[in-house]
Amino acid sequence: MLSRIWAYRGFILGNVRREFQSKYQNSLLGSAWSILQPLSMILVYTVIFANVMRAKLPGVYSTFAYSIYLCSGTLTWALFADITSRSQSVFLDNANLIKKVNFPRICLPIIVILNATLNFAIIFGIFTLFLWFTDSFPGWSFIAILPLLIIEVAFAIGLGITCGVLNVFFRDVAQLVGVVLQFWFWLTPIVYPMTILPDTIRSWIERNPMTSLMTAYQDVLVTGHWPHWETLWPVTLLALLSCLLGYSLFRKRAGEMTDEL
Amino acid sequence: MGSITVSHLGKAYKQYSSRWSRLVEWLDPRNKPRHHLKWILQDINFTIKPGEATGIIGINGAGKSTLLKMITGTTQPTTGSVHITGRVAALLELGMGFHPDFTGRQNVYMAGQLMGYSLEDITALMPHIEAFAEIGDYIDQPVRVYSSGMQMRLAFSVATAHRPDVLIVDEALSVGDAYFQHRSFARIRAYRKQGTTLLIVSHDKQAIQSICDRAILLNGGKLTMEGEPEAVMDYYNALLADHQNESIQQTRDESGRIKTSSGTGEAIVEEVHLLNDQNEALEVIKVGQPVCLRIVVRMVEDVSELVVGYMIKDRLGQPVFGTNTHHLASKLESLPKGQRVSVKFSFNANIGEGHYSLSIALHTGDTHLYKNFEWRDFALVFNVVNMGKARFVGVAWIPPSLEFQNDR
Repeated sequence: MLSRIWAYRGFILGNVRREFQSKYQNSLLGSAWSILQPLSMILVYTVIFANVMRAKLPGVYSTFAYSIYLCSGTLTWALFADITSRSQSVFLDNANLIKKVNFPRICLPIIVILNATLNFAIIFGIFTLFLWFTDSFPGWSFIAILPLLIIEVAFAIGLGITCGVLNVFFRDVAQLVGVVLQFWFWLTPIVYPMTILPDTIRSWIERNPMTSLMTAYQDVLVTGHWPHWETLWPVTLLALLSCLLGYSLFRKRAGEMTDEL
Repeated sequence: MGSITVSHLGKAYKQYSSRWSRLVEWLDPRNKPRHHLKWILQDINFTIKPGEATGIIGINGAGKSTLLKMITGTTQPTTGSVHITGRVAALLELGMGFHPDFTGRQNVYMAGQLMGYSLEDITALMPHIEAFAEIGDYIDQPVRVYSSGMQMRLAFSVATAHRPDVLIVDEALSVGDAYFQHRSFARIRAYRKQGTTLLIVSHDKQAIQSICDRAILLNGGKLTMEGEPEAVMDYYNALLADHQNESIQQTRDESGRIKTSSGTGEAIVEEVHLLNDQNEALEVIKVGQPVCLRIVVRMVEDVSELVVGYMIKDRLGQPVFGTNTHHLASKLESLPKGQRVSVKFSFNANIGEGHYSLSIALHTGDTHLYKNFEWRDFALVFNVVNMGKARFVGVAWIPPSLEFQNDR
């Protein structure tokens, strides 16, 4: 399979580029929007929460702490949600191509990953610059972000392909994914810190696999601590399992999928 | 390079009684099927040798497109296998899976990359592709603003930018205008000469007869006939009329030609003659000679309305001229069983040199598709020679008058 993907690398990379270009094609400012968008979000968070509402994280006294806390959660969650929801519809969106051209279908989710990662890289790059300029850069523990991202992307794509294949046969999946992602977002400590929760709810939230990932990001970016690696085992295992499930489902149903599109 | 082998190929779609039964089947650990298979194609076998051109014909829903999709690999067969050697270029239905929001140029790159070209290859081919598609500035517009003809032109240009070993075309060419059809057929013919194997689906009889060496007829998901395009086409024509209790017979005459006849048999052709003005039967006709086509019809049953038609076809089987008594506004009505009618069509044989054949049809209404008593191909074969007329080429004799004018 890997050799087939390699043979189609031109198509994959070309598609990532085209999709990126076409997103801003009809706008006057062009790809400047890919920078303006996240910049404005960071600005809004900072101004509203840090200056207007003066929201503070318990135990952290920097002006930007809450804004950084919010960004580290929402930006990385956005990557997760982006990959999951886009790969969930990737086969339907490309039905026209799948029905008419013979190529390895697995290229499609790869394009989704690369595209989402590219967008994330731009946004996160700006966020990193923001950290640098506000003197909040966490130092060496910053490199811990990389393995965290790998786990997250693996989890997202595993779920995404599983839902993507299912969605071809049961269109309810698309609706369901939207609803689940909504709930999941609010059941993960992204907007609120864990510490404000009552103990009973907290023990439930801790069982959410995304909690450990998000907490790890926040640990690194807000306080500059290394993540507690031992808390990440369950989510890593889940990511691997979901990738296996997605891949086997895809292998088994790829042929039938074309008939259904 | 460029051969296609199809063996025991079959395709069935799974049909579930409800949306839930698929889910139940997937989750049921006992593996009990809850669908039934709807067969689109069954047990298709044929081999196309390198350099051969084959046409696939059949009515809508006969499974032609499904067959091509399995050959190109976009759809997986339920049974059997397809083996292709060489590089394949395929044009399935409209377009090549173009993305509506990308520009023509971006789509060309995408399609090219899917066909295995590198970026540099495509950049090098781009001027040729643009020139052949003739879509001008539209190349940098998103494909969604293209007309279907423009999409087709671009798709054809990309697919055939390089000569493929195997070219597969699905009814695509009927979209373009006459001018583009000419150019695309010219390109297909040129590639054929250089050895490309061709597989096309078309309803266009002329296209199949003029390009293909062989034709395959699909009917009801089965391969019904395979052979010379003309014989298959005649059978197909007969099949189109086969909605009543009719029999289709094909026999080989002395010269090895296949004669097709079909019909309900309520009225039959007894005699067909081509006569000169002295009532003598002709086999060789001079260009422009006045002739008379006499057809004797016998009623096997009472016939309320009878239309007699004929068609002159050239040696490629392409129609030269055809008409019938309905179009000539004369009616033959209420004919009792056993009656014989002799119909005479008189005309000048204003046709070019060559071999011709005559097909005869007896039916009701304006075409043989409604109620077909008898359809007979190769009812008569004749030759046309040029004696005493100025030399000319072509199937039609259109004598011009000539005038010179010297301008200063």
